[in-house]
Amino acid sequence: MLKTFPSGGIHPPENKLTANIQIGHLPVPESVTIPLSQHIGAPATLIVNKGDYVKTGQLIATAKGFVSSNIHSSVSGKVNKIDTIIDTSGYRQPAVFIDVEGDEWIETIDKSDKIVRDITLSPEDIKKRLLDSGIVGMGGATFPSHVKLAVPEGKRCNILIINGVECEPYLTSDHRLMLEKGEEILIGISLLMKTLKVEKAKIGIENNKPDAIAHLTKLAAGFKGITVHALKLKYPQGAEKQLIKALTDREVPSGHLPLDVGAVVHNVGTAYAVYEAVQKNKPLFERVVTITGKSLTKPGNFVVRIGTPISRLIEAAGGLPGDTGKIVSGGPMMGKAISNQDVPVIKGTSGIVVFPENESEREESGPCIRCSKCISVCPLNLEPFLLMKLSEKGLFERAEKERITDCMECGSCSYTCPAHRPLLDYIRLGKSTVIRMARERNLK
Amino acid sequence: MSNILNISPSPHVHGKETTQKLMFGVVVALIPAFITSVLYFGIGAIIVTATSVISCLVFEFLIQKFIFKKPLTITDGSALVTGLLLAFNLPSNIPVIIIIIGSFVSIAVAKMTFGGLGNNPFNPALVGRVFMLISFPVQMTSWPVPSGLKTGYIDAVTGATPLAIIKEGLKNGEPLSDLMDKVPSFTQMFLGKMGGSMGEVAAIALLLGFAYMLYKKIITWHIPVSIIGTIAIFTTILWLNNPEQNATPMFHILSGGVLLGSIFMATDYVTSPMNTKAMILYGCCIGILTVIIRVWGAYPEGVSFAILIMNAFVPLMNAYIKPKRFGEEVKNG
Repeated sequence: MLKTFPSGGIHPPENKLTANIQIGHLPVPESVTIPLSQHIGAPATLIVNKGDYVKTGQLIATAKGFVSSNIHSSVSGKVNKIDTIIDTSGYRQPAVFIDVEGDEWIETIDKSDKIVRDITLSPEDIKKRLLDSGIVGMGGATFPSHVKLAVPEGKRCNILIINGVECEPYLTSDHRLMLEKGEEILIGISLLMKTLKVEKAKIGIENNKPDAIAHLTKLAAGFKGITVHALKLKYPQGAEKQLIKALTDREVPSGHLPLDVGAVVHNVGTAYAVYEAVQKNKPLFERVVTITGKSLTKPGNFVVRIGTPISRLIEAAGGLPGDTGKIVSGGPMMGKAISNQDVPVIKGTSGIVVFPENESEREESGPCIRCSKCISVCPLNLEPFLLMKLSEKGLFERAEKERITDCMECGSCSYTCPAHRPLLDYIRLGKSTVIRMARERNLK
Repeated sequence: MSNILNISPSPHVHGKETTQKLMFGVVVALIPAFITSVLYFGIGAIIVTATSVISCLVFEFLIQKFIFKKPLTITDGSALVTGLLLAFNLPSNIPVIIIIIGSFVSIAVAKMTFGGLGNNPFNPALVGRVFMLISFPVQMTSWPVPSGLKTGYIDAVTGATPLAIIKEGLKNGEPLSDLMDKVPSFTQMFLGKMGGSMGEVAAIALLLGFAYMLYKKIITWHIPVSIIGTIAIFTTILWLNNPEQNATPMFHILSGGVLLGSIFMATDYVTSPMNTKAMILYGCCIGILTVIIRVWGAYPEGVSFAILIMNAFVPLMNAYIKPKRFGEEVKNG
């Protein structure tokens, strides 16, 4: 029997339309908009001025504090202005606007196609390189990678988990990356293992990607300590705690981090970015993005420079279909609907899904019939119907006792609810209120 | 394309399950039981079912339209299910006016006074049924004998249910072995050839419906299995203890409303617990209460009362029996 996490989970239609389409290169656009906050943590501090000429790969903003990340220019050209934009998160953020002139890369980057296999850097140097290169979690959460690699005193890590699950419907960027850059990913994993000083790494891949499982299994034979594991198809298996449970049977306690059970989780996309940063000296300024949707004429997977407007991706996929009702950045389960096509691709943009009008509106919601389907699909065994009711009525203390802050917002409850109740909307409201309350309590 | 993009929060896809589909799934699961009831009780089964369903729908419609004055949700199928289940809990020769009164109690009193679908603490069909049982005890306990399609309506030939035969007989001091000869064989009971409520008699039809609902994931196994299992265990103990005074577990399970009750009534979403631990406890309690009422109570049958009593405990169970949360226990890796 294939492994999976034990309780909850759903099976949304996969719709992996672009699984067999090779990664292409999106042409460098004529201008890019690079937000200064593309990661979890403090926004980076700008170090260029209006009118400056920057090269591709040049540092334009430095990490502010430990939990933050460097940001590099993804193009060469002139800084046109520094202003605020509304990014994929829906919030207003400062961003650098650069007008492209040619494509001149900084000299230190190894632009060749040759795979660099020898690992020469020490763990400390690897960590420093990742910090310098602005590497963050590429699965979408964009947590700065160097933070995850810094194991605090008293904690120990004995296993590295690599997330190749890609459980979100539609998205295929990780899948393609595993097929086309398998060896690079494995070298990246070896680098992460060296940094964490662990002997074992497990790659988890859902069994709807048999080609990727076979390919990586074959390659992994040449790497010490790396094993590939096929997992039963179930959303949200890509969630950190669920993946650790599926692969190691360790259960991360509520309110704790994976490190508390000796595990660190990185995405396959991150492993690839780590390879590029360490072995090719290439900062994170481009990534693979899936552009997909049932009405698109040419959906695909593209390497895209950070800061490229999403409209360019949509053009490359054959233009915006006439029946478009919603554009989602990320997957359909956890992605964010964006309000306009000028929003730039950032480090965490794993895909853009274009929904036709008839799939973009919600059904009207009815009364809760207490069918308990939300409870049975919750991967954290919470009671979504109750959390919604408590949030609706403003009973936040009780919601806290019912562990509303454990919710990772996977959306399985709203997906399943036969009455189409907006469970997750209210849980988000309750969760953010409870987190604020807890913070205020700690200040007193 | 409209110029406005929709920006609702995630998730952006839905499983396409609806309340209506679930309710109609239950209706489909009840079809085998309806067919057998028509085969055994003839025209009466059709009259009772039609009256019950139509009056439940009409009462729900009238209350929503003229008292609630909110958008009508009559098509959600919940009143249809209540109507069907109420009919299945009645003898096939009961007068129309009593059915209409029962439907009124089910819909108006048991369901709509609490705010309609999702808010009623007690199973509406059972409240209606028990109301009728107490108010019209004669009409509610004269059971037509299954005699095929030709069976009339009010003038149907009636007889006692197997449970009543045993209960009466034991009270009069007759030995159980003699009594068992007076009741139908297990094969006949399994096929439904015995007196009883029109929908409860045919075990085979109800089990078919159960299988369908499990397959369609409309209900889970927890409640029916724990009720039937508890009844089986409890009656086995009694039977082994004194086989001359207590009927066999098989008899208890196949007779009366155990299967209809455990599969279709106790599993009613609104009035049953919401997590598996509580479901199992709820099922076990219903099983124990059913046997207590049957063996020591005044009525030969106890499933309806047992379910209604346990309905009252559901809010308490939901509040105090919680699923084991992921990451609740701090374990070392």
